[in-house]
This record gives sequence, structure tokens and C-alpha cells, in this order.
Amino acid sequence: MNIPAELKFTRSHEWIKDLGNGEYEIGISDFAQHELGDLVFVNLPQEGDTITMEEPFADVESVKAVSDIYSPVTAVVKEINEEILDAPETINSGAYDAWFVRVENVTETAELLSAEEYEAFLNEEA
Amino acid sequence: MELKTPLYDTHVKYGGKIVPFAGYLLPVQYSGVIAEHMAVRNAAGLFDVSHMGEVILKGKDALANLNRLMTNDFTDMYDGQARYSPMCNSNGGVVDDLIVYKINDETYFIVINASNRHKDVAWMKEHIQDDVTMEDISDSVAQIALQGPKAKAIMEKIVPAENIPQKNYSFIPRVMIGGAECILSFTGYTGEDGYEIYTSPENAAAVWELLMENGKEEGLIPCGLGARDTLRLEAAMPLYGHEMTDDITPIESGLGFFVKMNKEDFIGKQGIIAKGEQKIKRVGLKVVGRGIIREHCDLYDGDKKIGVVSSGTHCPCVGTAVGMALVDIEYAAVGTTLEADVRGRRVAVEVIKLPFYKKGEVLVK
Repeated sequence: MNIPAELKFTRSHEWIKDLGNGEYEIGISDFAQHELGDLVFVNLPQEGDTITMEEPFADVESVKAVSDIYSPVTAVVKEINEEILDAPETINSGAYDAWFVRVENVTETAELLSAEEYEAFLNEEA
Repeated sequence: MELKTPLYDTHVKYGGKIVPFAGYLLPVQYSGVIAEHMAVRNAAGLFDVSHMGEVILKGKDALANLNRLMTNDFTDMYDGQARYSPMCNSNGGVVDDLIVYKINDETYFIVINASNRHKDVAWMKEHIQDDVTMEDISDSVAQIALQGPKAKAIMEKIVPAENIPQKNYSFIPRVMIGGAECILSFTGYTGEDGYEIYTSPENAAAVWELLMENGKEEGLIPCGLGARDTLRLEAAMPLYGHEMTDDITPIESGLGFFVKMNKEDFIGKQGIIAKGEQKIKRVGLKVVGRGIIREHCDLYDGDKKIGVVSSGTHCPCVGTAVGMALVDIEYAAVGTTLEADVRGRRVAVEVIKLPFYKKGEVLVK
């Protein structure tokens, strides 16, 4: 299982990366992309939108189904990754490079898991 | 509790992701829906369709019963021919759609949808008459589909050419595949040429392995329900419960070709006549906005709801989001633009011609 140590995770399988300048990237875990299967469509918020902790901020669609992606933080969207809009399959090929949004002005953070804790969580679930 | 098909252990061995479907545990995918879909379009794919139901109709009056139960006409069939038909209720709604295989003048083998098996068998038992018997043999029949442009080359390695059906919708009743006696039929549900193989449950795994082994060079891979659905959608083949239901006629589902209104009588004929002029039509849709339309998405012309999406997804070979829908007939013309309600968001769609794909050619512009 691919779980980078520098990231934090949610129990709904999103990751968040601290960029160190008050900004964060958010994406979905390798486990999540594998479970979802071939992704063919992504819906993202717009720059300037406020996204809310533990609420859906994006959705991804595989051939079979649509799934909501939940935000680990309440924050303002600074940038969206247009590359995944054009090529959703890049999420399948590299879940930790394919960030969905970069956010700033974080005001609230959900309970996050370390890489180790997330791995233990996945093993429990399995 | 879901049942296992005779190939359950084989699916697990090949890494199938197992889900419950129509009362059975079946693989939704192995390597991935897109890879499996493209393998069937470009090479070949192998499907377990053992969940399908099978019924034998036997007796001097078998043909008369078929012609009364079904909307198609079975009179001019030859032994070894297969024919598709809807089966209607008395209101003209569809009980199921099925394939009738003519073994001989007094014996017909009928393949029905798994999800409708018990409903169909009860309906047919209730409506057969005179010198005919009916038997549900679903539990003693396994079915494997080999589909794709390389299907023939693979089959030719294991079966002598004279035992391989050459014509679409024909079959040969007693073909040996390895040590297994099979019905070998030139049919399928993918929009590609290919075969459907019926055999005893105890032979299924051996037939599967023999095909996999002989198809290696041709790029044969196992395929799940996910690819089966995207393939049939691309080829605009209707699926019961989506494009057909108990409440809509086969004419509305776009299956008028299989409804022989000139036949003396059949169950549903009066119901279809009573409905009068056609008000609903099955159409193809292409998403022109951003998004994917799926089953149950309502369709609008402004504020007016004028139809509903019956099947839809992103189709791998077509490379875009398409769907089929049942719409009010005045909105059925090719080129009509509508809006689909995709989870509360309006997405622009356009009515286009069906199918989206036909034998090697993508027809969506």
C-alpha cells in the first residue's frame, strides 16, 4: 500500500499536504483511486470558493458510479488542478501527484490521521 | 443470500472484484472497465453470464405458444437459428426480452434475464396452453460469452470449422469444447462478433480455462459486468429495467422491428393498439456540457420535464459521455438540445442517432 509519510489523511480517504506557506494541497489516496476504478470525470469547485470541513467539495466519476470527495479543512480555494479536469486518469496513475485543489486561509481542520494511523485504519477496514 | 455461479472460484482466481448482481455474486471488473472494454473492441474478452436464465419449451404446440407469448414471429425459423424478442404483458408493457433458439419443430431453448427469471417462468407457465411443456433449467446451465474481433480465431483453435456457427444468430447444438458438450451460438451483447457458449455447470471452469489459454496470443482477457454494460450501451442495445419495463411498450423502447403487429394475435397486441399513437421514444443523447448523465437523470426543456435517462455513462471507445433516454416524442428529433438534471446541476445534452458505435466505427461526431 502506497501511503507517503509526509501526508495526513481522513477516514474518507482524502490526503492533505502542508506546503509550508499557509497553503495546502488536497487529493484522494491511492487506496481510494483503486477502489473507485478508472476515473473519467472530475468536478471541482472554483477558485475563491470556500470549502467546508467534512463536506463534499468535489466529485469524481468512474465508468460505474459517482463519488463525493470531502474536504479535510474549511478554507478558501486558491487554485484548482485543471490538469485532472482534462485527464482524470492521472488520478489513477498517481494519486499523490494529482492534487485537486490548493487552499489557503484555513480556519478549521478535521481530525486527521498520520500515514501510520491511516495504514492501520485501512488494515482494520479490510 | 446471493448465489455463486459455477465460475465463482475462477473469478476469484483471476482477481475479479466481486459484487452482488441479480441474485448472484459476479465480477464487476478484473483489470479495469476501460481496459476490458477496449480489449473486446480490439481483441477479445471472456464473460461469465451464467446468471442468465434458461427455459425449454417442448411439444407439438410449442411454436403456436411462442407466437402467442412473444411479439416476434418464429414461424419461418430453421433448426439452429436464434431469434430475439420482447415478451409483453396484456397492457403491452414488457415482461422481459429474450432469445429463442430453435432446436427443432417441437423444441425451443429460451434465454431470459436473470433478474426476471421467476417472473418470466410464472408468466409463461400461466399462459402456455395445449400440447406443450415448459421447464426452467437455469440451474443446470452455465453460460460463457467470448466476444470481440479475435473471437473467431480463438474458437478455431479449439473447435473444427464445421462446428462453428458462421451466421449471426445461428447456433450448433452439440459442439465439443475440450471434453465439454456445448451449445455454441453466434450471438452476443457487446456490439462485436462473438459466441455464447452454453454448457453444464461442472464443465464451465474447464471451458473457461481452455479459452483463456488459447486466447493468450490474441490478447483475450476476462471481463466483468462493468464492461458488459458499457459495451452494450455503446452499441445501443437495450437492457431490461432500463430501456424496457413493465410499463412501456417495446415500440416506445425502439424495438418495433421485433413486434409483428401483422401476426394474428399475441399477448400485448391489444394493449399496444390501445395506447394509440406513439408518445414516447427511446433516443440517444450526447453530453455537450460538462458531466456524465446516468440512469434516472430527468430531462428538461426549460422548466418542463420531458423524459428521463435510462442508461448513461462515459463510454470508453466513443470517448465521451453518452446515454439513452425515453423522451416525449416531440423532443425525439436528432439535433434537439435538452438539459439533464445531474445531481441538481443542469447539463446540456443533444439528441443524436443510435447506435454510438458499430463494428469498428465510432458514430458519435
